[in-house]
Amino acid sequence: MATRIGMEVSIAAAEAVKQANVDIIAAYPITPQTHIVEHLSELVNNGELDAEFVPVESEHSAMSVCSGSSAVGARTFTCTSSQGLALMSEIVYAVSSLRLPMLMILANRSLNSPLSIWNDHSDVMSIRDCGWIQLFVDNGQEVYDHVFIGFRVAEDRNVLTPFIINLDGFVLTHVIEPIEMLDQKVVDRYLPPYQPLYRLHPDHPVSMGCFGPPVLFTEAKKAQDEAMNKTMPYIIQGWQEFGDLTGRYYHPVETHETEEAKIIVVTQGSLGETASIAIDTMREEDEPVGLVKIRLWRPFPFEEFEEAVKGAELLVVMDRAISYGGPGGPLAGEIRSALYHQERHPRVVNFIIGLGGRDVAPDDFAQMVQQAKARPGEWYEIYGVRE
Amino acid sequence: MDTYLDRLGVYAARLVPQKEYLVPGHRACQGCAEVLALRLVAKVLGRNNIIASATGCMEIVSSPLPLTSWDVPWIHVAFENTAAVASGIEAGLKALMRKGRLPKQKITVMGMAGDGGTSDIGVQALSGAMERGHNFVYVCFDNEAYMNTGIQRSSATPFGASTTTSPAGKVVPGQTTWKKNMPEICAAHNIPYVATACPSYPFDLMEKVKKAADIEGPAYIHILSVCPTGWRLAPELAIHAGRLAVETGVFPLYEVERGKYKLSVDLPELRPVEEYLKIQGRFRHLTPELIDKIQQRVQEEYTKLKKKVQMTNEG
Ligand SMILES: Cc1ncc(C[n+]2csc(CCOP(=O)(O)OP(=O)(O)O)c2C)c(N)n1
Ligand code: SF4
Repeated sequence: MATRIGMEVSIAAAEAVKQANVDIIAAYPITPQTHIVEHLSELVNNGELDAEFVPVESEHSAMSVCSGSSAVGARTFTCTSSQGLALMSEIVYAVSSLRLPMLMILANRSLNSPLSIWNDHSDVMSIRDCGWIQLFVDNGQEVYDHVFIGFRVAEDRNVLTPFIINLDGFVLTHVIEPIEMLDQKVVDRYLPPYQPLYRLHPDHPVSMGCFGPPVLFTEAKKAQDEAMNKTMPYIIQGWQEFGDLTGRYYHPVETHETEEAKIIVVTQGSLGETASIAIDTMREEDEPVGLVKIRLWRPFPFEEFEEAVKGAELLVVMDRAISYGGPGGPLAGEIRSALYHQERHPRVVNFIIGLGGRDVAPDDFAQMVQQAKARPGEWYEIYGVRE
Repeated sequence: MDTYLDRLGVYAARLVPQKEYLVPGHRACQGCAEVLALRLVAKVLGRNNIIASATGCMEIVSSPLPLTSWDVPWIHVAFENTAAVASGIEAGLKALMRKGRLPKQKITVMGMAGDGGTSDIGVQALSGAMERGHNFVYVCFDNEAYMNTGIQRSSATPFGASTTTSPAGKVVPGQTTWKKNMPEICAAHNIPYVATACPSYPFDLMEKVKKAADIEGPAYIHILSVCPTGWRLAPELAIHAGRLAVETGVFPLYEVERGKYKLSVDLPELRPVEEYLKIQGRFRHLTPELIDKIQQRVQEEYTKLKKKVQMTNEG
């Protein structure tokens, strides 16, 4: 039966990867992702996980090893953060175009410079358009669960798209939380071994990664875009079946106190947990505020989002990354364009917060909501800057 | 000691496998010795082979969608990561066979790249893969420049050669550095097999590929691949130029098997390098002094190599 134990979130993630019975792990150390792969290499070297652990010489090679192993049909895992993601990004784009399923856990951390090992979302936002399914989790249980969900969806023959789980560095990776582990039998039922549609094997030679002349390139890209949009029902199905087995149901967009809410705070990742505390306090003070957490980032859940913010007059959107010289943070930009077709859409105010590990407390949310109410129009602001 | 000519007698054309795995219809230039070398390598590695290819001439000429020249499984991911992709293929197959999800069978894994993809941008991934000891064959097709992007210099471009980024100018006469010694760099990784080859010596090349495939662990073959386009050479001279490279000592053929050096063609006397240089447009501007300088260097390197043969075979 399922048991609940206190565990560091990174260790829980690694335990899930073990239970998913991966065949290959390739990774290169970078804080705050390290505990995940350290634990995995221990599991491999102790014979608790039958997998090849390939200790590569760089993240670029980690992702390249993953491309080769996924291409031969092996269940493939990697993990990185920040500069590591930036270094591997060339190949991150290549594997999704090659339709090679794999799972990557991204322990989110800011990008240089100044050098910071702490959390924000500037790393993942730099590869927003990389063609992977991408989602955010709020806590350790969600990371653990999404390892199974991620592999299951990525390897589905109707999907064949790599999958990124974003979890906030340190504030999640390094904390101890109660985790309900799944019985191995449940995992095996939910996640059968990967059956590739095409694989590199001499019995059926295929060419992968050919060169695309102009007459075909656009068509290939259109097919990729359509395939990405078609992943949505399989992601939802993956969540549904996971929920039926475990009682834990997930959704593209998750809401807290949104009924009758005139003001909605929008977050991604672990900030949602802090925000919900603030929302509860504000509700007690009769502020009509609710919370919408964007779990699924790609494909973007346009319909679900619209439904979730229906009736709101003001959206207060929290970004943990800056789009320099742009119209605000990447999440706010996305949300504005998601609502653009509506005749009357809510006012969108954007705060950029929590950069490079800057703490965000419940009180900050109350303040941001007050500021957004007080000032008219649509704008963005980097919150809490000491002048 | 057997010489190349002795060994030639052992072979007859009909003993060469007829089956092509790089099938006709590719788009390489006329007289391209790089594609010839690749074809020979593919013949030897045969059916049970998976190829990871770098970006470069050989990738471009063999895989324009919707066509492919490949009758074996083949993948191209990027320019600099071939050895890492091959590492993943090898490790993936190993895990799947061990776990009983693929039938056990010997499958050779080959990584292939040009001199740029090997000795410049790809050297880190290659070094990592060799150090980790993956069981694969890595083949560098060395045409001595970045041909696919238009004849720019690489670290394997020979001293004095004119390329589009080391043009023979009024002040600087072409490439100013000596060719990076990639086979030596690989040998320094203590891998079980390193060899040089050239398609002008097809049987020698094929024998080395066979050996590399049979050896457990990383094997590296550095193949001098004459490029008529980039070397400014008539297409019909490609094979001849490869022979001159060997006979002048510019590109000696040798093997390093478990640390032991062996010359494949032991030349008591080298032909003057000028014979090799003068047939190529890329060296047209060289003065007699520069040719002398090259001659000296070639002689020194050849002597060094012979010493290594001697030293590693003593006692
Ligand atoms: C990261 C990156 N930088 C640059 C390129 C452009 N590029 C493609 S092939 C190539 C040169 C290939 O030269 P080489 O490896 O010597 O092979 P050849 O074409 O000469 O056979 C370059 C520079 C690239 N594809 N990727
Ligand atoms: S440019 Fe040189 S190497 Fe490339 S296909 Fe033509 S002859 Fe061969």
